[in-house]
Amino acid sequence: MNSLTKLMTSAALGLAVALTAAPVAVAETPPNMLVIANRIDDITTLDPAESFEFAGSDVSRNVYQKLVNFDPANLDAGYQPEIAESWDVSGDGSTITFTIRDGLTFHSGNPVTAADVEYSLRRAVILNKTPSFILTQFGFTADNVGETIVADGNTVTIKTDKPYATSFVLNCLTATIGGIVDMKTVMENEVDGDMGNTWLKTNSAGSGAYKLVSWKPNESVTLQSNPDFYLGAPAMERVIVRHVQESASQRLLLERGDIDMARNLNPEDIAGARDADGVVITDELRGRLMYVSLNQKHPELSKPEVRQAIKYLIDYEGMQNSFLNGQYVIHQNFLPRTFLGAVDENPFSLNVEKAKELLASAGAEGMELEVGVREAQERIEIAQTLQNTFAQAGITLNITVGTAKQILARYRSRELDVYLGAWGPDYPDPHTNAGTFAFNPDNSDAANATGLLAWRNSWDTGGLTEKVAAAVVENDRDVRSKMYADIQAQFRDTAPFAVMFQKIEQTAQRDNVQNVNLGGATTAVSYWPITK
Amino acid sequence: MAVTDTNGERRRRAPFPRWIKGTVLTLGSIAVTMLGLLFITFIIGRVMPIDPVLAIVGERASQSTYDAVYEQLGLDKPLIVQFLYYLWDVVRGDFGMSLLNARPVSEDIARVFPATMELATLGVFIGIVLGVPLGVIAAVNRGSWIDQIARVVALVGYSMPIFWLGLMGLLVFYGILGWVGGPGRLDIFYQDIVPSRTGMILVDSAIAGDWSVFWNGFSHIVLPASLLGYYSLAYISRMTRSFMLEQLSAEYVTTARVKGMSERAVIWGHAFKNIRVQLITVIALSYANLLEGSVLTEIIFSWPGIGSYITTALLSADMNAVLGGTVVVGLIFICLNILSDLLYRIFDPRSK
Repeated sequence: MNSLTKLMTSAALGLAVALTAAPVAVAETPPNMLVIANRIDDITTLDPAESFEFAGSDVSRNVYQKLVNFDPANLDAGYQPEIAESWDVSGDGSTITFTIRDGLTFHSGNPVTAADVEYSLRRAVILNKTPSFILTQFGFTADNVGETIVADGNTVTIKTDKPYATSFVLNCLTATIGGIVDMKTVMENEVDGDMGNTWLKTNSAGSGAYKLVSWKPNESVTLQSNPDFYLGAPAMERVIVRHVQESASQRLLLERGDIDMARNLNPEDIAGARDADGVVITDELRGRLMYVSLNQKHPELSKPEVRQAIKYLIDYEGMQNSFLNGQYVIHQNFLPRTFLGAVDENPFSLNVEKAKELLASAGAEGMELEVGVREAQERIEIAQTLQNTFAQAGITLNITVGTAKQILARYRSRELDVYLGAWGPDYPDPHTNAGTFAFNPDNSDAANATGLLAWRNSWDTGGLTEKVAAAVVENDRDVRSKMYADIQAQFRDTAPFAVMFQKIEQTAQRDNVQNVNLGGATTAVSYWPITK
Repeated sequence: MAVTDTNGERRRRAPFPRWIKGTVLTLGSIAVTMLGLLFITFIIGRVMPIDPVLAIVGERASQSTYDAVYEQLGLDKPLIVQFLYYLWDVVRGDFGMSLLNARPVSEDIARVFPATMELATLGVFIGIVLGVPLGVIAAVNRGSWIDQIARVVALVGYSMPIFWLGLMGLLVFYGILGWVGGPGRLDIFYQDIVPSRTGMILVDSAIAGDWSVFWNGFSHIVLPASLLGYYSLAYISRMTRSFMLEQLSAEYVTTARVKGMSERAVIWGHAFKNIRVQLITVIALSYANLLEGSVLTEIIFSWPGIGSYITTALLSADMNAVLGGTVVVGLIFICLNILSDLLYRIFDPRSK
């Protein structure tokens, strides 16, 4: 027995010694290296013609240049020259000719030419991947790109199917799909006529501030700086984005100095990290909106008074100041703040008495509604809050929680009474949201326009469709901006949508990390200005 | 053919040697088990309320895009046809491409499984080294304070949420004391230094003779492995105790004691020897459970193993990845079962 006790004690001691004796390397990250903890499990491809996820956009923005792009130091200025040093618009507004900047090179050393631009844009159209609609909405097809996207010497001309607002076209070219790839390198890696798509999913061929070293799915993305970047070699020579799923783990890594930035801390960990030495918290508005929509096939919900009443039955401030604290801010318009045409009018607040009056005037008291919610904690909490405030006006709100397949399938087939969901812009132009919230040229079931939120809610938009169509071809930027402001005013008042909140991204970072810009509502993160 | 044996009786010679028959039966049972596993997993994957098409095209895709991808994935074909296509691919060793990252599922599994295997092996090693002696001591000292402590240790292991225990372990040993490495398999300084031969960092760094990487890897694995080891320990120690109690109350133990054998010889030479076969089953089950991948442990410790791989795939409706991962987990169970059978034959003379 004694020997057994000794054996047990020895084993325990052995483990303890192993724990304490293991030489642990805990050190701060080097001054020329940026280490970020983020959830990057949404990356499915790094080909700019295909990439359409948040974490993928972060990589693309730093690896690929575009004809025009956003300056992280001044996002409000809108698109700026990048590969194109200038551009001319034809008299009828349907042709834009870009002059390519001299002296740019890809990471391979190949020069960036007009032919590369022509190839990249044609390729994105021909491959026809998910984000291709951003380009094909201008009438480009696989059959006509030979005539509509043409390089000639040092210029590239694109010809759209009809005149559009130049700002609309150029804003779309700042999207990830506008990334210019190294034609020679890509074609060397073409397999079975895939235009290098398979290879570019996991490799890079860009001319941006960084080149891709590796992407290990659900593990990490490693970028190496491009010393020949046209704005100068970035201070951070290496950027490593580590996939760390758990908020508490991200916080521990940050507080120990093993990472420089933590991008997915929950409100509790943000509050905790705020008090930690050497850690600062920054807030940045992003483009994601949270909204509630009302199916206009429902006889009661289609009444204007009921739509108004619902907007008065939402406790915007209560939610913003409690479980959404720091994560969302009240915003009641379909264009996120910082977008062209965005307005900051938020006229609705919780007013149960007014809602009751409106419901009474519509003869719609004692309704029973079903709201569909995808299984995400914040959405479920919002639904429960709505359930509570709706009940105060005599509306019974039954919450149906389900997977994306269950809820979206019913939403897309116009079956839900009420839908609670989120929407993020596809590209940094007001038409991205106007064209779905307030645009519905054919409201019939047969149209099956499932991509349009207005159609999903059976809303014929009351004339906004025409106004949206007019705004997208208006060439005067200021006039266009005013048009969207007017559209949103009418939308707020009449639409069966109650836009409630805009996303805030809270990032915790070491206090020596400077010049971080996550891209606001319009673009993705920029690593090249960052210093330590 | 009929032959005459030594006592003159006639008997028939078996048409095949026993080992061939045994091997065929084993392979047959593996094939049937795998087929059943594949079929059930495939059907569950198809009837689950997740949509691989939506995962690919996104929420805002038009109906025509949705329909095109639906057909491209073969989802328009009858379920049985889809299954047969899939089965044919699997038989040829092709798990298909991940629907989301468009990489071969087999490559993904080859990347994540060694991480889990490394963690699980160290975990079960800790569980065995501590759990077996603890169970034996508890049985020998039944009802004593040692037995009570062993009971509490096991109870805590059973009942404490692994999520909480993992976070507390990280907070104390990494966050406060700094004794171990943080989440992840290596510090950033040590990544991509040694070539990946097995995918297991401790093994690869030992092969490369790079002991700085080895120790850094060890500092990262020791905490999650200890955590998993603790959970194994709880199970192994309780089962060991139970098996030992049964043996210690047997008559042959009393006889051995009456004959004047030392207590050590009675416990280790007789009683323990007789529980080895049962322990093999317990340990194999523990190991198989750990090899499935402990999802929560992998999430907390940012450990890119097969548990989190399958879970992420499931949440992303990536059914090829889910099926591939399930097949691998099924194979693990089958292999460990076969290994248990082989060890039975070695340790249990009756099975010979």
